[in-house]
Amino acid sequence: MKPSFPVTRDTERRARVLITPEGIALPLTIASRGSRAGALMLDITFIVSGLIIFHLLLFWIAGGLFESALAGLEPPTGALEFLQIMLVLLVFSTWYGYFLVQELGPRGATLGKRLVGIRVAARGGGRLTAEAVIARNLLRDIEVFYPLVFILVLLASNSVEEDITTLAWAATIWFALFLLFPFFNRDALRAGDIIAGTWVVESTRVKLGDVLSTKGAAAARGASAVTGARYEFGEPELAIYGEKELQTLERMLRDASPEALAAVQDTICRKIGWNPGAGDERAFLEAFYAKLRAKLESDMRFGKRKADKFS
Amino acid sequence: MNSPRISSWFGRGAIAAPADIASATLRSDKFRIEREGEWRRLEAIITRMERGGLRRIEDDDLLALPTLYRTAASSLAVARETSLDSATLTYLEALVQRAWFQVYGPRQGFARWLRAFLLGGWSRAVREIWLDICIALFVMVAGAVVGWLLVAQDENWYYRLVPGGLADTRVPGATREQLLATLASEESAVGLSSFAAQLFSNNSAVSILAFALGFAFGIPSLLLLVHNMAVLGALLWLFDGQGLVVELAAWLSVHGTTELFGILLAGAAGLHIGRTMAFPGSRSVLDAAGEAGQRGAVVMVGVVIMMIIAAFLEAFPRQLVDGTGPRFLIGGAMLTFWLAYFVLYRPAQPEEASR
Repeated sequence: MKPSFPVTRDTERRARVLITPEGIALPLTIASRGSRAGALMLDITFIVSGLIIFHLLLFWIAGGLFESALAGLEPPTGALEFLQIMLVLLVFSTWYGYFLVQELGPRGATLGKRLVGIRVAARGGGRLTAEAVIARNLLRDIEVFYPLVFILVLLASNSVEEDITTLAWAATIWFALFLLFPFFNRDALRAGDIIAGTWVVESTRVKLGDVLSTKGAAAARGASAVTGARYEFGEPELAIYGEKELQTLERMLRDASPEALAAVQDTICRKIGWNPGAGDERAFLEAFYAKLRAKLESDMRFGKRKADKFS
Repeated sequence: MNSPRISSWFGRGAIAAPADIASATLRSDKFRIEREGEWRRLEAIITRMERGGLRRIEDDDLLALPTLYRTAASSLAVARETSLDSATLTYLEALVQRAWFQVYGPRQGFARWLRAFLLGGWSRAVREIWLDICIALFVMVAGAVVGWLLVAQDENWYYRLVPGGLADTRVPGATREQLLATLASEESAVGLSSFAAQLFSNNSAVSILAFALGFAFGIPSLLLLVHNMAVLGALLWLFDGQGLVVELAAWLSVHGTTELFGILLAGAAGLHIGRTMAFPGSRSVLDAAGEAGQRGAVVMVGVVIMMIIAAFLEAFPRQLVDGTGPRFLIGGAMLTFWLAYFVLYRPAQPEEASR
C-alpha cells in the first residue's frame, strides 16, 4: 500500500498500524515532534493572549476599584475582593481546563492541535478515557514549563556573570531531560503520554477524488476529445510498469500541469517503444492509465501483484 | 495528509453526484461508485459529530452509524485487495480512521464522569493505592521528625528550612506572647477570601508538582514531602520551646487535616506511578505506567477538590474561630469525614465504568 503523497523516510518511520475490533488494519501516522511543539506554542499563545485581553477588559470596566486599592487609600472592598478571587480561579482553571475540556471533546484535540492537524488517541487502540486525558495534562508543567523557566534563569544569571551553583545546573539538566523526553523514544511520547497510555497521531481528513476511469479517454467508449483517436495497448506494452508507477501517473492526472504531462508522455512512449505525438497528451495518458490499471487489477484478482517496474 | 483546514471552516462544499456507473470501465471503479453514497453519508455524520457532539445528530443517522462504519471498514478491506485507485484507498483509510475515533470515542461526557467520580470512583482509586499512601505517610512523619531533630541540634537549620514569609516573628528566641499572637484569630473576614483563592492556587500547584515528579521513579515526590514536613517539624519545635505545641496543633488542624491529607494523596499517587514503573511485574513498563497514571489522575482530581476545601478552611474558620477546642473539633471532623469517605464508602462498581 502506497499513500498518494510522496513518501519520505521520515513519514515511513512514523507509520504505525492499528487493528480495529473488526480486524481492519488502519494505518496511523505518529505526529512529528515539530508539529506537536508548534501546536503547543499555538495553544499557549491562545491562552496567554486570551487572559491578557480578559484582564485588559476587566481593568477597563472596573479600573477605578483597582486604583483606589493600589493607592492604599481604603481597605479592599467586597467587589474588589470578589474580582481578585475570580481572577485567581480563572487563571487556574484556564491553565488546566483549556487542555482538558478540548481533548475530552469528540475531536480529541486542542485548538492548536486541530490547526496543525493532530489529535490525541489511546495507545493500542482502546478508548480515550477521561482519566487518560487528565493524567497526560497534569504532567505538562514539569515537562515543559519548569525546564523553560530553569533554562531562562540560567541564561539570565549567566549574562550578569553571577556564579551558577552546581545545584542550578543539576536541576536544569534534570528538567531538560523531561523536555527532551520525546526524542528518546520511537513514538515521540512525552512523559505525560507514557503515564496516560496515550499518543498523538496525525488526524487525516481526505477529500474523495474523482473517478478517473469514467472521464475522457479512460472511459469505456472514451476517445480523445482532440483527435478522436482511441488508444489501444498490447500485452507487452502494459507489462512494463507496476503499481507504484500507476499511482504516480494517477497523481499526475489529478493535478499536474500540461507541461508535466507532456514530459510523462514522452518518458512512457520511449519506454514502450512508441513515437510520442504532441497536443494529445492528456487523452493518451488517460487511456494508458485505464488500461494499465485494468491489467494490474485483473492480475491482482489472481493473486499476482507487481509493486513497481523493477519487480 | 494534512490538508489546509481553513477552507473547511466556511461551510460544507456541495457534495458532487457520483459519476455514471455505466461509463466506468473498471470493476474497482464500479465497486466504488456503488458505495460512494454510503461513504459520503458516513462522512457527513462524522463531521457533524466532530463539530458538536451527539445532540445535533438525527436519530436515523445515529442508528445507521454502526452499519455505515462497518460498511466503510469492509469496503476498505475489499478495496485493498481489488483496487489500485489510491484516491479511493487514502480516502477510505482516513474515513474509517475518523469514524473509528467517533464510534470508539469517549462514551461519557465530563458531567457523567464527574458523577461517577464522586460516587465511588475517587474513593476506589484512593483505596487502590493504599500501599503507596502508607509509604508516603511514613515518609511525611519521618520528615517532620527530621525537621524537629535538625533544628533542636542547631538553630541555624531553622532559617534554612523555614521560608522567609513564615519566619516574621516566628523565629527562635521569640517570646510566648509573640508566638501566641500569630495563632490568634482575625477581627473580620475582610481580605480572607482572596487569601483563600491564592492558597488554593498555590497548594494545588504544589500537589500537582508532587504528583508529576513521581514520574522519576517517585524519589523527587518523596523528597518534596520530606522538605515540606521538615518545615512543619521545625515550627513544632519552635512552639514546643514555649509550651504552645497543643495550640499550634489546633491552629494547624483546622485546614491541615485536609491539606496534609491532600498532599499525602498527591505524593502517594506520584509514588504509585514511580513504583509501578520501577516494578511493572508481568506487564510491559508502558502498560503498567499507563494503568498507574490513570489511577493517579483520578486521585489527583480529588486532591484538587481537597485543596479547594482546605483553602476555605484555612481562610475562614481558622482565622475567625478562636480557642483550641473548637479548632480541634473542626479539624477532627474533617479528618473523620475524609477517612470515612475513603475507607467506609464502598458503593458497588457500575458495570460500564469498569470499561
